[in-house]
Formats: sequence, structure tokens, C-alpha cells
Amino acid sequence: MSENAAIKILICQGTGGVSMGAKEVEAEFVRVIAEKGLSAVVGKRCDVIKTGCRGLCANDVLVDIITEEQGRVTYDFVKPEEVENIVNEHIVNMTILEKRKAKPYYNTFVKKSGLRGRGGGGFPTGMKWSFCAASPGKLKYVICNADEGDPGAFMDRSILEGDPYCIIEGMMIAGFAIGATYGYVYVRAEYPLAIERLQMAIDVCYEKGYLGKNVMGFGFDFDLRIKKGAGAFVCGEETALMASIEGERGMPRPRPPFPAVKGLWGKPTNINNVETFANVRHIILKGAEWYASLGTETTKGTKIFAVTGKVKHTGLVEVPAGMTVRDVIYSVCGGIANNRKFKAVQAGGPSGGCIPADILDTPVDYDSLIKAGAMMGSGGLVVMDETTCMVDVARFFLNFTRDESCGKCVPCRIGLKAMLDILEKITEGRGEASDIEKLLEMGTTIKKASLCGLGQTAPNPILSTIKYFRQEYEAHINDKRCPSNCCKELLLWQVIPEKCVKCGACLKACPVDAIKWEKGQVAELIKEKCTKCKSCYDACRFMAIE
Amino acid sequence: MSNATAQNSETEEKVEEPIDLTAANAVIDKYLTLHGNLMPVLQGIQDEYGYVPKPTIELVAERLNVYPSQIYGVLTFYAQFHLKPRGRFIIRVCVGTACHVQGATRIVETFFDKLHIGHAETSADLRYTFEKVACLGACGMAPLAMVNDATYGSMTVQKVEEIIADYNQRPMKK
Repeated sequence: MSENAAIKILICQGTGGVSMGAKEVEAEFVRVIAEKGLSAVVGKRCDVIKTGCRGLCANDVLVDIITEEQGRVTYDFVKPEEVENIVNEHIVNMTILEKRKAKPYYNTFVKKSGLRGRGGGGFPTGMKWSFCAASPGKLKYVICNADEGDPGAFMDRSILEGDPYCIIEGMMIAGFAIGATYGYVYVRAEYPLAIERLQMAIDVCYEKGYLGKNVMGFGFDFDLRIKKGAGAFVCGEETALMASIEGERGMPRPRPPFPAVKGLWGKPTNINNVETFANVRHIILKGAEWYASLGTETTKGTKIFAVTGKVKHTGLVEVPAGMTVRDVIYSVCGGIANNRKFKAVQAGGPSGGCIPADILDTPVDYDSLIKAGAMMGSGGLVVMDETTCMVDVARFFLNFTRDESCGKCVPCRIGLKAMLDILEKITEGRGEASDIEKLLEMGTTIKKASLCGLGQTAPNPILSTIKYFRQEYEAHINDKRCPSNCCKELLLWQVIPEKCVKCGACLKACPVDAIKWEKGQVAELIKEKCTKCKSCYDACRFMAIE
Repeated sequence: MSNATAQNSETEEKVEEPIDLTAANAVIDKYLTLHGNLMPVLQGIQDEYGYVPKPTIELVAERLNVYPSQIYGVLTFYAQFHLKPRGRFIIRVCVGTACHVQGATRIVETFFDKLHIGHAETSADLRYTFEKVACLGACGMAPLAMVNDATYGSMTVQKVEEIIADYNQRPMKK
């Protein structure tokens, strides 16, 4: 390298660079410089220099151009066909190609903030973006997953209905960062109002020039469309969701290849959840450091929870990550309704697990919840009191995942059905001593052998309830009793005179006049008329019916 | 209404009335150039006819150049496509986690008893279709039921009877 060389072109020649075509880029630079007689044109020497790896392999081929006027400018994703343009613009006309410089900046920004996917898995969002950005190809897609199928979670719906613009903004930033020009929002069809409002917001953005060709004059194109789902829980799984957008049966595909490499219509695709995109705007506006200052070491920012079930104030709450489950339920949501005792909280929907009373001080972040045997999931917290039977809850979730299994792989399709049969047997009082072991064994196998997230997590509610509430399973099997008085086949259908306070609430609740009660008298349940609907049981605040 | 029986296989077999395909053609025209247009087309057709009639499947296959078997595969995979005519009033009862914990099962059973139709069935007079759904997204008001677009929160067995009495009075024409 000579001392008076005024222009240096450094081309990364590490393994990553070479595999992405650094040699071709170098040859092209040498050819263009010779052809143009560049040294004569600018009156300076031009050196093409090979350098070692500089670490940002995701964005190879990296080319640094050092000139007296501009200093050092790094271009990423350089391809041979772009070399001539770079030489013309940067070296001859001395204008920096802004567009190429901007992308890694946003990736790094989001990476620094520590934002993790809010859909449940908790994968670092910035990393996901750089994977997709690094994938070769001109056409890339950004997808927003708004197929909020977890029963008991509805924060995505409220974001879409309340502030659809923040999703559009988040998706545009993602599109800009990874070089995607087309976006889809996959919304489940059960949310007609969300679809209507989002469509309205998209229309406004097109009108104002925030979407479409040459967005706000930045030379960046971005189109956005809503894709309406048609009622299939498994479409929340990213590969199934893409199959559904393509107009096929929404069945998952094996990974790898990951969507970032080969996604929608075989093109690199980035999928994030509604809540994740909603966070992006705030990170860009207020800074990565601000965002990273909220939450815990591993889970940054805030998380929205849908708190439902037997709690006083049901609804959506947004808390900083790391608050304890106890605080969420007791301080924020007012504790348990109807004066009853807390039993457990189910976190993470059909893929999650239960948190019993003795580990209520678990902080709500991704890793602590997984350690407790539950998971963040999409953020549904269903609170259960002493009248909720854990075996019945496990049966409920399994019934749901059994229905929603797409049927592609055997462990999920047949395994879940077989497990459900055993659970039904137990709740009907026909359980056998070996059933618990059988459930544990099958659950573990299904988790290991299933193709997608649905099957891999479906046994979680059963495994976690057995872990914490084994005694309830044993009571059903050995004593043919449901300790929570929940499983109908095991109920006695009678009033406990010692507990009855003679209030008459059960009489009002009974739809078939099967309760005999007069003022000052202990109520009586007439078994012949009773339809076992349990209205009286739920109405009684004193647990006087068993 | 209470003695209406569920559609059985015999009534299904009756001769299908000829279907006017103008609306279906218009839907296909609208989405013809869109990438991945099969689902929007089928959803559009269902919006027009209330279900996806058989002749429209053949039409879509012909015009979008896909196999009818592929369309049938898509229609049967998703819960929201229907191959049979649906009731005037569609009753949906949420059986999601929060509703389940709050006693959705007895709401479902009361509807079964009163309407004599099961899950995903339509009454013979086409007044009611009953469906259990996983989550309607209003868990704070559990248990929840919907009739067409009207939502009913904090459901009780008594409320089921009131709702049925109400809708029995309503006209069949839209």
C-alpha cells in the first residue's frame, strides 16, 4: 500500500465474506477501476485492499471506502453488479449511498434494546431481523402474526383495535431494516373489529404517502396487506401461518430452512408478533438504552398480561418484566374474587403450565417462568381458586390442542388423543393407578417427537399439573373423589348443613327448581330434579354444596 | 322452535337448488391478480352466499386453475368455512380457558337442550346454527355468548332461556 494513495477500498475476505462472493466483488472493483481509468479521473491513486474478518458476517460482503473527503464509509451486502454504481456515486460524484448504510443501524438498535419476541418464544428480535437481512434475495417479506389463538389472551386484539398505527410503524421499520418491501398482517377472522380498524389505518397511510412507493420521499417502497385467517389455532405457528397466506391448508413445515432464509413463497421472511412490533416504535423514539433500563437482566421492557378467571379485576395489565406473579394478581388485579382461596395460575395458555401458591413469588420474565414449569406464552394468566379442579383444567387444554392439531405428524395427532382418553377416564372416576406414569411417559415422548410448537408444548399443562398437584390426580384415581368438587361424575349433589348459612342464593341460581329453601332453613337439593348444571355450586359463597 | 330437529343426512341429500354464480364471479374478478388468492376468494364467496356452495367450488377451480380437491382440502381444514347453508341466527358460545373456568360447559349444555342441535349443527328450519368457539377475546366478561354480532357477557342458564325467547320472536328475513 503506498503512502500517497488517497482512496482505499477495503474488501472483507474472511470465510464469511468469501462465501458471500467477496472474490467476485473484488474482481469487479479492479475491473471497474481499470476500465474507467479511475485514478486519472479523480487524480488520486485507488487501492483495492483485502482485509480480514471484521465480525459483522451477517451483513457480508462488507466494503469500506476511505476517501479524504468522506472518511470511512462501510457498505454492506455488496454484490458485483452494484460495484459500478458505488464507484460512480461514491468515488466519482462523492455522494454516499445513504440507503445501504442505514440498515444495520436499525438492527443494532433493536438488538441493543434487548427486545425479545412477545409471541411466546422470546427469541431476540434484533437477531431475528439480522438473520433475515443477511439472507440473499431482492424480494423479502415482513409478517405480523396477529393470529392470537390462545384462549384467555386478548392483548393483540386490543392493540390492533386501539392503536393500529403502531403496528404499521413497527412493520415499516422492520421492512426498512431488513430490506423487505412487502408486509402482511395475518389477523384471525374472529376479530372483525380489529380487521376493520387496521384496514382503515392502512388506507389512511396510503393516502398520506406513508405506505406505497417511495415512502415519504425516502426512496423506500413498502406495501402492506391484511390477510384474514379462517379459524385454525395452528396457524399461529410461523410456518403454518405462511402456508395459510399462500392459500393452502395451514400445516407447519419442518425447520430448517427457517423463514429468515426460505419463508413465504420461498423468500426470506421475518415474522414477529403484534406486541413485538408495537414495542419497536418506542425503542426508536426513546432509545435502546431507555428500553433496556426497564425489566430484568434477560427480559427487557414491559409485558402485557391478560388476567382472567377467578380474580377481582379481570382485564389487561401492562407491567415491567420481573414483577412477581403475586404482585400482578394481588396488587394490580385485586386478588381472588368471592373470598375464595387461591390455588394456581395458569400461564402461557395451552402451551404453558401452572404456577401454584408456593412459588407465587416467581418474577414474570421468560426464563423464570420456564424454570417454574410454565411459560410466558402470549401472556394469558388464568387465575384459579379452590373450586377449580386441576385434572379438569389439564383435560380442558388437551381437548383444545387435540381439536386444533393439524394431523400432519403422528405423535401430536394420535398421542394427544390417547392422553385425552386417559384424562377423561380419570375425571369420570374410572382411573387406574398406572395412569399417572403413563401420562408422564407419553407427554415426554410427544414433546420430543412432534414437528411444530403445537405438539412440542401441548403436554405441558398435564406435566405441570402432575408436578404440582399430583395429589389431586391420586384423589380422582384412588378415592374416586374430586377435591375441588368440579368433576360432575364425582360430585355427591347435596347440601352440607353445617356450612349452609341459609341465605337462599342457591335457590335463585337454580334454573330447574331443584332447590328447596325457606327463610331461616337449610337448603335442600332434590336429586330427581337436578340437571347437574352446577349453577348452585358456583352461586354458593360458603362452599356448602358438595 | 324447541321441537325443531337437527339436519340429518336425509335432508342433506335433497336436490340442490340452482345457484346464481354472478356474485361468485365478481369475487373472483376482484382477487384474480392477487398472489395467494384462494382464501380471500373463498372468504368472499362465503360472505356472499353464507356458505360455500358446491358449484362455486367448481367455478373457482376452473378460474384459478387449481384442483377442486385442493380447494376442498382448504375448506375442510379451517373451522370458518362452511359447506352447508347456515342458520339465520348463529349462536357462538365461548369455551376458552377463562369461560371454561367460569362455567361455560353448562351454558353449552343448556343451548343443546333448548335448541336440540349440537356443535356445528343447524336447525332444520334454518333459524339457528350453534357453535362452540375457542376464544372470543372478551375473557373479562366470561362466560360469553354471541348471537350473530351481539355479545352477551356473564352468561347464566337463565340468560340462555331469555336469549332464545328473544330470538324466537325475531323475523327470519334480514
